[in-house]
Amino acid sequence: MKPTKEQLLWMYETMVVSRRFEEAIEKVYLEGKTPAFNMASGPIPGEMHLSNGQEPVAVGVCAHLDARDTVTATHRPHHQAIAKGVDLNRMAAEIFGKATGLSGGRGGHMHLFDPAVNFACSGIIAESCGPACGAALSRKLQKKSGIAVAFLGEGAANQGAFHEALNLAGVWKLPVVFVIEDNSWGISVPKSEATAVARNDVRAAGYGMPGHYIPGNDPYAIFDIAGQAIARARDGEGPTLIEIETYRLAGHFMGDAEQYRPKGEKEALFAKDPIPKMRERLIAEGHAAESLDTLEKRAEARVAEAISFARDSEYAPETDALTAVFV
Amino acid sequence: MLDQPTNERRLTIARAMAEAMQQEMQRDPTVFLMGEDIGGFGGIFGNTRGLFEEFGKERVRDTPISETGFISAAVGAAMDGMRPVVELMFVDFFGVCFDAIYNQMAKNTYFSGGNASVPMVLMTSTGGGYSDAGQHSQCLYGTFAHLPGMKVVSPSNAYDAKGLMTAAVRDDNPVIYMFHKGLQGMGWLSTEPGATVNTPESDYSVEIGKAKVVREGRDVTLVGLAMGVHNALKAADRLAEEGVSAEVVDLVSLVPLDRETVINSVAKTGRLIVVDEDYHSYGVSGEIIATVTEHDISKLKASPARVTYPDVPIPYARHMEQLCLPNPDKIIAAYRKM
Ligand SMILES: Cc1ncc(C[n+]2csc(CCOP(=O)(O)OP(=O)(O)O)c2C)c(N)n1
Ligand SMILES: [Mg+2]
Repeated sequence: MKPTKEQLLWMYETMVVSRRFEEAIEKVYLEGKTPAFNMASGPIPGEMHLSNGQEPVAVGVCAHLDARDTVTATHRPHHQAIAKGVDLNRMAAEIFGKATGLSGGRGGHMHLFDPAVNFACSGIIAESCGPACGAALSRKLQKKSGIAVAFLGEGAANQGAFHEALNLAGVWKLPVVFVIEDNSWGISVPKSEATAVARNDVRAAGYGMPGHYIPGNDPYAIFDIAGQAIARARDGEGPTLIEIETYRLAGHFMGDAEQYRPKGEKEALFAKDPIPKMRERLIAEGHAAESLDTLEKRAEARVAEAISFARDSEYAPETDALTAVFV
Repeated sequence: MLDQPTNERRLTIARAMAEAMQQEMQRDPTVFLMGEDIGGFGGIFGNTRGLFEEFGKERVRDTPISETGFISAAVGAAMDGMRPVVELMFVDFFGVCFDAIYNQMAKNTYFSGGNASVPMVLMTSTGGGYSDAGQHSQCLYGTFAHLPGMKVVSPSNAYDAKGLMTAAVRDDNPVIYMFHKGLQGMGWLSTEPGATVNTPESDYSVEIGKAKVVREGRDVTLVGLAMGVHNALKAADRLAEEGVSAEVVDLVSLVPLDRETVINSVAKTGRLIVVDEDYHSYGVSGEIIATVTEHDISKLKASPARVTYPDVPIPYARHMEQLCLPNPDKIIAAYRKM
């Protein structure tokens, strides 16, 4: 499957929005955390898992989705949320813990929920898988259109929930696609020391569904394979498992000293940064550099607006902590 | 207090835990560790630092993110002559592996009529206060203590942390070892200074099932564990300025629960406040109050009170979380109402 020009430019611009967003969040996150790093302080406290480098996965998959489709995401959800069309202002405000945030400050960065575009996350590893099956089942039972995509990390593919959900999807032929972001690390543990097989696509065979492995963190290839899988799901032909090689350019979380990385790994990954790579390819394909500059500027402006919106928003009254337990 | 070392040797809880595991691994070849990022990384909370370098990857095993797999493997290994120490990174993650814990680890001894034993330690981090939200900040003390068949301990300082770990490894029963992140002494989170205390280098045990009176007083008994003890001690300091003498009991263990120490303290003071960072209902605070009232309610000069986490998931935003957490102000307010 080949992206149209519009889709290509959307993918590029969305990758840039995502990267600029992470860069902005990183800067704000570090406010108030020097000289001694203390996760509890600053305008954005708590854990922070950035998605720098993993943007191709989010855009290559979400280019095929619209608001009615469900996405269940992970502890590293920003790129997925942005590509799914989660309101950027309200997402930023949630990460700042403000009243205007998606959840009024109750959820924070690992718990972004935007029912308007059917987006949800969980900070518990592999807990994206089951809910995606449920959303897919619900569409089937209600004869409603729309499919579900579960994102997870390669580390999560060793969790029981992943395997149970895949079997469920396989046996019930659910319209769901499981997308593994293989950044080769689960915190400090490399995939090779945690996973009994080199590639997770082979595991699809055990659950009666096709499996694909996409090397190279390549948005074009991701668009192609994900498009076929999503079309299959929409056509009622059942689930697909896709594993995508991608790169985590940041630490596992902010504050990670990353001493477990082999020497030179980071430099090598930065040399393969997918955003400048896609820009080069677009230019080689005849897109004018100036038009890409324009997209980049627009992306920056969107991010700047979201960060200002978040900063300028008020905190909810503290007693809001006690509400919204039940509807 | 127990035999205090004369030389200053202040350790964080993280280092105290690591030292206890190191000494037990040196002493007993059947002791080995499993968990996520406990190898070269030294544990997300620093409590296995240096052990991978000393004992290698056979005995300090980084696991896949497969908690059901490796915790139930620990049960099997323990029943086969090993003494595994496993880490569940955050107690909040118990949801993915609780069957291994409460249906296997906790019950196999009983099912076997006491003929099989499960000598393992499950260490896990607890506590919030740093805006890590509702899946990374819980305590769940009551959840674990409620279910029979596993001992449950939670240290408030490094001295107890080391001695409890040693005792837990040597115990022939499964022990849940819950350490509070805010007491731990790691690079990425500030630490309650009172948790970093003198800790002897040689190995020693702190008895599981024995509470400690960590401050003597006459007017009110403050009962807590882990971070709760520090909140209680701070409240006691401030109450003392007003001439109120508060006694502070550190439970140290939840299972077995040292009811006698609590009962004796309340018999003396006549007033009871329980401080617990776990959810308000159906938990440790209710159990402590029930213990006292069903023993001899006439000893109480006022209704007992509890300073606990309200029955809501833990919010992300700092000001919301702080509203919910126990603190010295809330303890003092509870006393004033008595
Ligand atoms: C059930 C569970 N176990 C452990 C964790 C702690 N944890 C958070 S992220 C992570 C690594 C995840 O690796 P992967 O799935 O590859 O995702 P990545 O972080 O690389 O995006 C771990 C172990 C968790 N959140 N949930
Ligand atoms: Mg990973």
